Amino acid sequence: MKSAIKDGPFLPFFHYLGKKTMNVIDNLGAAAIFFVLAFLKIFRRKQLREIIQQVYYIGAKSSNIVMLVGLFTGMVLGLQLFYTLYKFGSQGVLGSVVALTLIRELGPVLTAIMITARAGSAMTAEIGNLRISEQIDALYTMRIDPQRYLVSPCVAASIISFPLLTTLFDLIGILGGYLTGVVLLGVDKGAYFYRIHAYVGIVDIRGGLIKSLVFAVLVSTICCYQGYFTHLRTDSYGARSVSLSTTSAVVFSCVTILVSDYVVTSFLM
Amino acid sequence: METPLIEFRGITKRFGEKTILDKVDLSIYENQITTIIGKSGSGKSVLIKHIIGLLSPDEGSILFNGMPVHNMKKKEWEGYRSRISYMFQNNALFDSMTVFENIALPLRQTTNLKKKEIEKKVLSRIEQMELSDAIGKYPAELSGGMQKRVALARALVTDPAIVLFDEPTTSQDPIRRNIILSMIAHYRKKFGFTAILISHDIPDVFFISDRILLLWEGKIAFSGSYEEFSRLRHPMIDEFIMSIEGLRDELTGLLSKEMLKSRYAMTLGSGRVDTSVTAVLFSFNLNFLSDLFRPQAAIEILKSIGENLNSYFGPLGGFSARHSREEILTILPHLGLEKVGELVDDFAQRLEKKFLPEIKDLIRDKIKAGECFEIFVNAGITEGSSSDEIEQIIKRADMNKKRIAKYICGKERDSI
Repeated sequence: MKSAIKDGPFLPFFHYLGKKTMNVIDNLGAAAIFFVLAFLKIFRRKQLREIIQQVYYIGAKSSNIVMLVGLFTGMVLGLQLFYTLYKFGSQGVLGSVVALTLIRELGPVLTAIMITARAGSAMTAEIGNLRISEQIDALYTMRIDPQRYLVSPCVAASIISFPLLTTLFDLIGILGGYLTGVVLLGVDKGAYFYRIHAYVGIVDIRGGLIKSLVFAVLVSTICCYQGYFTHLRTDSYGARSVSLSTTSAVVFSCVTILVSDYVVTSFLM
Repeated sequence: METPLIEFRGITKRFGEKTILDKVDLSIYENQITTIIGKSGSGKSVLIKHIIGLLSPDEGSILFNGMPVHNMKKKEWEGYRSRISYMFQNNALFDSMTVFENIALPLRQTTNLKKKEIEKKVLSRIEQMELSDAIGKYPAELSGGMQKRVALARALVTDPAIVLFDEPTTSQDPIRRNIILSMIAHYRKKFGFTAILISHDIPDVFFISDRILLLWEGKIAFSGSYEEFSRLRHPMIDEFIMSIEGLRDELTGLLSKEMLKSRYAMTLGSGRVDTSVTAVLFSFNLNFLSDLFRPQAAIEILKSIGENLNSYFGPLGGFSARHSREEILTILPHLGLEKVGELVDDFAQRLEKKFLPEIKDLIRDKIKAGECFEIFVNAGITEGSSSDEIEQIIKRADMNKKRIAKYICGKERDSI
């Protein structure tokens, strides 16, 4: 039996599969350790200034794009849901449906994707550039822990910014739904807000915020990890490796957001 | 015997199948400039990265003051690292930070100094490195030489005991290269650190080095002083020197030392009956001037002296090379001792009348009001024959040295 596998035609396939699986598991383990260490280093001395700076870059500077996307997402939802609900004569519940869709699902997911595109890619590119130009080694030689100085503030700032931006997205989205549903299509203003008040519970808000926290951890870890270890890529070197790491970081982050969204949702339901 | 500050014992480092360092043994002594030379890709950077812990050896141990580094407790390890600074080949300055922020970074992040104390320390280093005009600029806005000075200021701002310089003169022109090397020698003397240097700048780097280590095919093939290195005749050393030393000294335009030796051998071996040479060893107080007016001024003076020597003795068949940082050796074939003595006197007069006063113009912006300085030129003359090695001639010329010209505070004096 043993020799049959050894000589079999599938051996290269199993070899490839095994190697890839081991590689994925190795990376998952390394990323988990990377996150734990970065998280613990958030609480070291002299971090506040760096964290505030990162909150500004990741949070404050992403607010415009998050608001814009939130507004149009809410407006589209208002439009789509109005005509769907109209068929059932239930357009009065438009406010609650828009709010629940945003708070429970679209708010955390779209905010996370927008931050990944704007700030996550920047994190990878910046850290990757520091790596290839030996600036991370320079930090080490100056006895500055590069993970504490570069990664921990990004993780901390993401944990702070993601829920805040998600909340902003939700609020603006609800306003967008109001614009199309109430202002354009004539749904009753009172009914719109009353239904939100009646059907949106603290459980929904908490669920949305939990998701945004999970996404914050995942996105910041993936983006910083890709940049930090860009020099270990075997498929490219130098500037090319930074660009490939940035692409990988954005793709992995988006896929992970969607996969983890399903997992977290199934736990929350 | 003096205990080495840092000692490598059987250090081996492999990257995959390739062995970069193969059982390397070396010693680095306190308060010296140790220069590591070797072919490109021979593992010099890998070697010094082991000292600061950027790389770990696969085999062997590194000792600091006799204590194995890998056995150190966390606090001891941190203490050891706090004594070392590293100047990267490409400077590794943070391009999103200004010059001030770059230099202040290690103090802000690793010390408990107050903001004002940090500011004072950084400003003092900025002033010492003549970077006051660049204080608010970003690295991209600076020239290569200025970036080097910023990197050096950052490396020195924590007052390290050991500074590692990884090819500090890469991609610099000959004058800049000499300025950087002189700067390292100058600040080593001023701040009293131990310097470990990787450089290919022969002969300039030899002139500032106390010890030279030659890394060859993963092993230390030579360790010792420059004098020992230059005396040693070994095919490997010859091959190495020939591979990196050009025909001419880029700074002064004089011959390279190897070229001078070969011209000397050719002259004496020409088979002519009257084959004799006269050697003149010129020396100048450049180190003193370097300390007084910063290395840049001394380099300018040396360059100018080299050009003057070439233009005076070149047409007479003479050829010259730098013998040390402050000395130039000129060989004059087929001219007797007496004739050479007359020529040197004439040259000395020209120096005093024209060249030495011109030096004042070269370093005008460095001289403070009311500052007095002295430049002197010594020369030792001797005759050589076919049985003499060049080192013997240099020794004899050195013993015959006397002052031929000097310049004090803008006044020319008579030749002595």
